[in-house]
Amino acid sequence: MNFFRNFGIALDALLANKLRSGLTMLGIIIGVGSVVALLSIGNGVQESINGQITSIGTNLVTVLQGQVRLTAGPPNNQGIRTPTQTKPLTDADSNAIRDRVPDLLGVAPELTANGTTVAFQREKILITARGVTLDYAAVRNVEIAQGRWFDPADDERAARVAILGPDAADALFGGLNPIGQTIRIGSAPFTVIGVTVGVGAGFAGNPDTSVFIPLQTAYRTLSNARTSTGARRVSVIYISALSTEDIPRVERAVAEVMRQQHGIREGAEDDFTVLTQQQFLSIAGSITGILTLFLGAIAGISLLVGGIGIMNIMLVSVTERTKEIGLRKAVGAKRRTILMQFLVETVTLSLIGGTLGILLGVGVALLVGATGIINTTVTLDSILLAVTFSLAVGLFFGIYPANRAAGLQPIEAVRYE
Amino acid sequence: MGEFTNTYPTTSREPERSDAPIIEAVDLTKVYKMGDTEVHALRGVSLRIWKGEMVSIIGQSGSGKSTLLAILGALDVPTSGSYKLDGREVAAMNDDQLAEIRNQGIGFVFQKFNLLARSTALANVALPLAYGGLSGRQANQRAAEMLTLVGLGDRLDHRPNQLSGGQQQRVAIARALVNQPSIILADEPTGNLDSATGKEIMNLFRTLHRERGITLIIVTHDPAIAAQSERIVRLKDGLVEYAEEAQPA
Repeated sequence: MNFFRNFGIALDALLANKLRSGLTMLGIIIGVGSVVALLSIGNGVQESINGQITSIGTNLVTVLQGQVRLTAGPPNNQGIRTPTQTKPLTDADSNAIRDRVPDLLGVAPELTANGTTVAFQREKILITARGVTLDYAAVRNVEIAQGRWFDPADDERAARVAILGPDAADALFGGLNPIGQTIRIGSAPFTVIGVTVGVGAGFAGNPDTSVFIPLQTAYRTLSNARTSTGARRVSVIYISALSTEDIPRVERAVAEVMRQQHGIREGAEDDFTVLTQQQFLSIAGSITGILTLFLGAIAGISLLVGGIGIMNIMLVSVTERTKEIGLRKAVGAKRRTILMQFLVETVTLSLIGGTLGILLGVGVALLVGATGIINTTVTLDSILLAVTFSLAVGLFFGIYPANRAAGLQPIEAVRYE
Repeated sequence: MGEFTNTYPTTSREPERSDAPIIEAVDLTKVYKMGDTEVHALRGVSLRIWKGEMVSIIGQSGSGKSTLLAILGALDVPTSGSYKLDGREVAAMNDDQLAEIRNQGIGFVFQKFNLLARSTALANVALPLAYGGLSGRQANQRAAEMLTLVGLGDRLDHRPNQLSGGQQQRVAIARALVNQPSIILADEPTGNLDSATGKEIMNLFRTLHRERGITLIIVTHDPAIAAQSERIVRLKDGLVEYAEEAQPA
């Protein structure tokens, strides 16, 4: 009795019982398909959130005024808590970081003015104006879709030039080419010199609905923002480290410079916060991890339901199959031949069902991905998990009764009711 | 013979044949456990059957005749006693050896046919060949020959539910014959058939017996069927009540 003959007997048995084979396979297909699809959605969400965090800048370290706590806790624990006695961030702080922390890709302070009126002819919108330096493009990964980024002369001369986010450009100009057009920011006229590439809303506001102007221009037209010491305020300082591994060193060095700048004594609490992308990523990871776990639980229930479906079919057919086994033994089948037949049947069903299930799952994942609402990523893990489970269910509920029946005397099995 | 000769006086005599019997059962017992109670299906049956005989085993239901036939067919094992088939002790055989006996040595025909319901007549008959190591075209050819022999050469691709009871039993007989065993055991082979069809099946058995010299043991409760055999063994309450003597070869 060689393997191929066993295989032939098993395939004959599968084909002779198309309904039973089909229903068993359906259980596997649904179980495997749902696991692959749901976990792909979970993974896709995780990746797209991580991608968004990375898109706000490469190896980004952010300095904010006051004590900021990033937590995934209840809303009243979230966000910014600014102690009354904090010193604002200034361009002096920014310069100090640039001068005294070695090996940085760039330091980019930003003066943010939310709710700034920007108008073109009769179109008027309220958006965020951001006064930025030349380095900002490199530090925050800003790319230009049309026109150009600022040049050194723009900042030195405090030129009235502006670069629009794509959504802002759309809202003001519709289909018109904005380059070279004159807009008003607040009451001052600006010439549009560029439009950025869209990146979508992220953790630090939505750059797509912003207007960028040179920092020096912002001081002239938006707010003078001089502190009592004569330095000029900035809203936030972005620093880009050379590599991910270098981020902890940069974080420590920046904090040290800031403490000196703000004259904070040993042991006293900081009046600024240094944030890194790792912190964002770990918080986002804990949220998306819960999401993936949740989807995984739903997928697990699907697997269980599929498994129960397989179990039902196997158990319902136990009487019939016990008789069949008795009959096969009565005409000369050995016990191991019977077991081999059932093993081959189960493995064949699981593999065909598993493959169809994977195709179904990948299909659903692609379909969901094609809607553009959620990204989906099919992972090998989910496929292995699903196939292993279906194989285990099939083996247990297929082989266990078969083994019991094969252990009976043929006459008992034939007469089994 | 065992103790039963003391309790049951019978007309049975030791058959006066010099050659060795193909089947020799000595003092077979079979005890089933049904919950807490033990059912003694066989209480010590001894039986000898020679090659080429056609024997009927009769008795009322519960007499143990089907149990005896299952043991003779290696479909069940006795609780105690000895069963020699062609001189080999079957009671001492392991699972694989028993499978081989069932595959090559003995063909078994059941009352309820016991065909694979969703397989064709041809596939059903070819099944013992597959377990004997023969498959493919050769096996199908041999199975087709057997079906032709039992008069179903034009029904090869029919499934059991497309066949009459008599035709299904013919398929079962073809299956029993396909590995050319020297013994066919039939347990109430006409029990599920009307009398006309039953006669046809018995004619087929007789023809096979006469033309192929097959040793035939038929369990029946029908005296008309028993009358067609050469020898009758009657069981009662798990014991041989009466056994006709074997004719000299």
